[in-house]
Amino acid sequence: MGKLDYTGISEIVAAVTGERQLDDRVGAAEVVKLDRREFLKLTGVMGGGLMLAFAAPRAFAQNGTFQPNGYIRIDQSGILLYAKNPEIGQGVKTSLPMIVAEELDAAWNDVEVVQSPINQSVYGAQFAGGSMSIPMNYQPLRQAGATARTMMVQAAAKRWGVDSASLTTQDSHVIQTATGNKLSYMDLAGEAAQLDVPNENDVTLKDPKDFRLLGNRITGVDNESLVRGEALFGTDTILPGMKYAVYHKCPAIGGTVKSANIEEIKKMPGVVDAFALDGKGSAMELLPGVAIVADSTWEAINAKRALRVEWDETDASKDSWTDASNEAERLRHEDGRRVANFGDFDAAFASSKSQVSSFYQYHFVSHAPMEPQNCTASFKDGALELWAPTQTPGSAIGMAARVCGIQPNRVALHQLRCGGGFGRRLYNDFVCEASAIAQHVDGPVKLQWTREDDLAYDLFRAGGFHQMDGSVDSQGKISGWRNRFITFEVGGTPVSSMNRGVYPGGLLQNVRAEQVGLQWSHRCAAWRAPNANVFAFVVGSFVHELAHAAGRDHLEVLLETFGEPRPMGGGMHTGRAANVIRLAAQKAGWGRDLPQGRGLGVAFYYSHQGHIAEVAEVSVGEVEGTTKNRRGDSVDRRKVTVHKVTVASDVGPIINLSGAENQVEGSVVDALSTMMDLSVTFENGRIQQNNFDSYKMLRMPSTPEVATHFVEPGENRPTGLGEPVFPPLAPAVCNAIFAACGRRVKTMPISEEGFYIA
Amino acid sequence: MNLRVNGVTHDLGGIDPQTPLLWVLRDHLNLVGTKYGCGISQCGACTVLLDGEAMKSCLYPVSAVGSAEVTTIEGLAGRNGELNSLQKAWVELDVAQCGYCQSGQIMAAEALLRSNPNPSDSDIDEAMESNLCRCGTYIRIKNAVKVAAKRNSVDEIGG
Ligand code: FES
Ligand code: FES
Repeated sequence: MGKLDYTGISEIVAAVTGERQLDDRVGAAEVVKLDRREFLKLTGVMGGGLMLAFAAPRAFAQNGTFQPNGYIRIDQSGILLYAKNPEIGQGVKTSLPMIVAEELDAAWNDVEVVQSPINQSVYGAQFAGGSMSIPMNYQPLRQAGATARTMMVQAAAKRWGVDSASLTTQDSHVIQTATGNKLSYMDLAGEAAQLDVPNENDVTLKDPKDFRLLGNRITGVDNESLVRGEALFGTDTILPGMKYAVYHKCPAIGGTVKSANIEEIKKMPGVVDAFALDGKGSAMELLPGVAIVADSTWEAINAKRALRVEWDETDASKDSWTDASNEAERLRHEDGRRVANFGDFDAAFASSKSQVSSFYQYHFVSHAPMEPQNCTASFKDGALELWAPTQTPGSAIGMAARVCGIQPNRVALHQLRCGGGFGRRLYNDFVCEASAIAQHVDGPVKLQWTREDDLAYDLFRAGGFHQMDGSVDSQGKISGWRNRFITFEVGGTPVSSMNRGVYPGGLLQNVRAEQVGLQWSHRCAAWRAPNANVFAFVVGSFVHELAHAAGRDHLEVLLETFGEPRPMGGGMHTGRAANVIRLAAQKAGWGRDLPQGRGLGVAFYYSHQGHIAEVAEVSVGEVEGTTKNRRGDSVDRRKVTVHKVTVASDVGPIINLSGAENQVEGSVVDALSTMMDLSVTFENGRIQQNNFDSYKMLRMPSTPEVATHFVEPGENRPTGLGEPVFPPLAPAVCNAIFAACGRRVKTMPISEEGFYIA
Repeated sequence: MNLRVNGVTHDLGGIDPQTPLLWVLRDHLNLVGTKYGCGISQCGACTVLLDGEAMKSCLYPVSAVGSAEVTTIEGLAGRNGELNSLQKAWVELDVAQCGYCQSGQIMAAEALLRSNPNPSDSDIDEAMESNLCRCGTYIRIKNAVKVAAKRNSVDEIGG
């Protein structure tokens, strides 16, 4: 097969970091009026002549059904709202329909929500990534709701023979202001359906101060199904006659199948078929491996254990974390390629009062969503039907079509709830595998990755190394800053990039950023808050180091870097930054006396259009002897307790307070889990961790208290909250560790430096 | 082989007795509320009750169940479909993010409350430590357990 082609990874990374447009986003941000043809597409037959089973839970009569756009469907029995984007735990299946309901003036209790079909001409881009569901859809969904509301008012005006201006709406009713007479939307649906959909300019949106629903605590629309254990997730798919499959790939990516004991496997209990697939040369679609199809998941997994494959590893990964670390240790002393340069770093550094040099590093980590990758596929008469928990259903259709050698219009995809995403399900390799396997199977087949598959074949958050050099002048101000970044290149493309200068790039006088790439074979890609999730640790810690060198309060120096309130590039505003920093510090009681061994640490980061500051309160125990880390170095063992994390967020107005608070708490826990002990290492091209016994996530007893604060939004638009709270947590905790015990932590996970959480 | 799940006896025919209970539930009985997360007893996504006690079903051979009563997430609600106190608390406190771990979390909490109706914070920590939540909803899980426990005790006193 030769060398792997990694095309496609960097496009998605760039798209979710806001640097480029993703396929799924084409045609976004407009509300499409439905004509008869589109209506039929939505209600019945679509793509390849396959019936889409998304249909409403109750029967809707075609007549008397009011459906002015793809988001709303009202008839006598109720109000149905369509959630357009994948639900991965970020809450959009609830928050996006809330926006529609607000402008529609529907009572939330009257509303039922279902997942929409995939239809670019009706919905534009449908994906979950980059915390963009809210910012991209806020206006269009308001427009959709307001359009329907306007039509309801017109219908009532007609029935009553009065002027529309004399009518208002509330709780799914049109109300005659003078008399108090009411008509329900359900009652008016048939008449509203006869009206022309008004032009955008003839529809008035609410003044946000009149919002009734947005900003409240609304519980998730799937909550009841979830606690009843109903089938919701991709992996819960059950179809008549369905078979179960597993797929085994070379542990070193790029390896191909030389031979395998396939005949033996075929004889195992419950095994229906076993066969090797060649792969198509793309690291993003179908990699070579052996598929086993069985009557049950267990029989397939059991057979996989007995599978013996001889791999041709000529072109396979030789990735080694040890070698990479050693190489980085050498490269940190050499100049890298300059990617940003403002002022004169060398002169400022040389003439400064004091200088600080530090070498920071972080390991690879895995997405490890709780639901391992899976996809159900059925290939029949040249058409493919997919049941897929994916973050990018639009891309999935194109990729699956390519793998099967059919046109995309012969592929239909049902988007199903995802048991976690974190960026993993932006990539559709599991969909491609299921599609290719389905071509060999009569009837539907569910491909289930084991946890081991999921860890070994993640698209990892890459590790990295930063040689940081900085200086402070005689007034104690930061005078020079150099960030020498040693990252990885996969398929010739850097997995992460500092070419925008990275905070505090635009804020300080003499700044230089350099970058060098080490060659790597395993796929690396977007992972919750890409780039920010590691850069924040490095720069947020180093600002503190410089403040300490200047003998000044960290908070004061941090605020000083932002200067006068002003907009910066990329949407950051220094005034909003300073605001959240002050708020977090004030709420956390910055500056108060703390007992010996306890400290407060602060950090700020701007990412995904969110301005977030966090203060961590941490205790560090005495040294309890030594322990060996993953490298085999002996390090001091010390206990860390994170008591409380105070988070101040400015993400514009909050859509769903319950969901927003949940995202903040979850991001803190996820970030703490990741910085404490999560590490993926590679040797001989293979990942060294198998499962959750060697990849240890945080558990309940280590969870800190989280205090969540949102600033008054002012005129700002709402932005996403799935990612931006993650980045500032690690530097806040590490700065607190320094305050508590004087030890500067320079490695993530911090267990590498002997810290454990309790 | 017979298996009692949520009050119903199922005939499993000639199933491989080594099949883990998890896959019997999911693939043979179509009870997909119980989840696969790791398969090695590390994450708790597959937690069910075996005669009222929490058990990770992913490594538990179906033959070992014997005559014990298996309760899964699908069997928690009352006969009329009414949610039990934990399920209600989970809905009202909006615990779930992705929701994938939550069946297992609720079953672990159910086992805790059956043996210890008024758990302290550290009792809850200890009982729930076996269940991972990748989305980090531990704070709400803990609160929901407390709310359910409190309501149960009020109901008992009142009722
Ligand atoms: S699936 Fe059983 S403990 Fe993880
Ligand atoms: S809610 Fe997603 S794993 Fe727990």
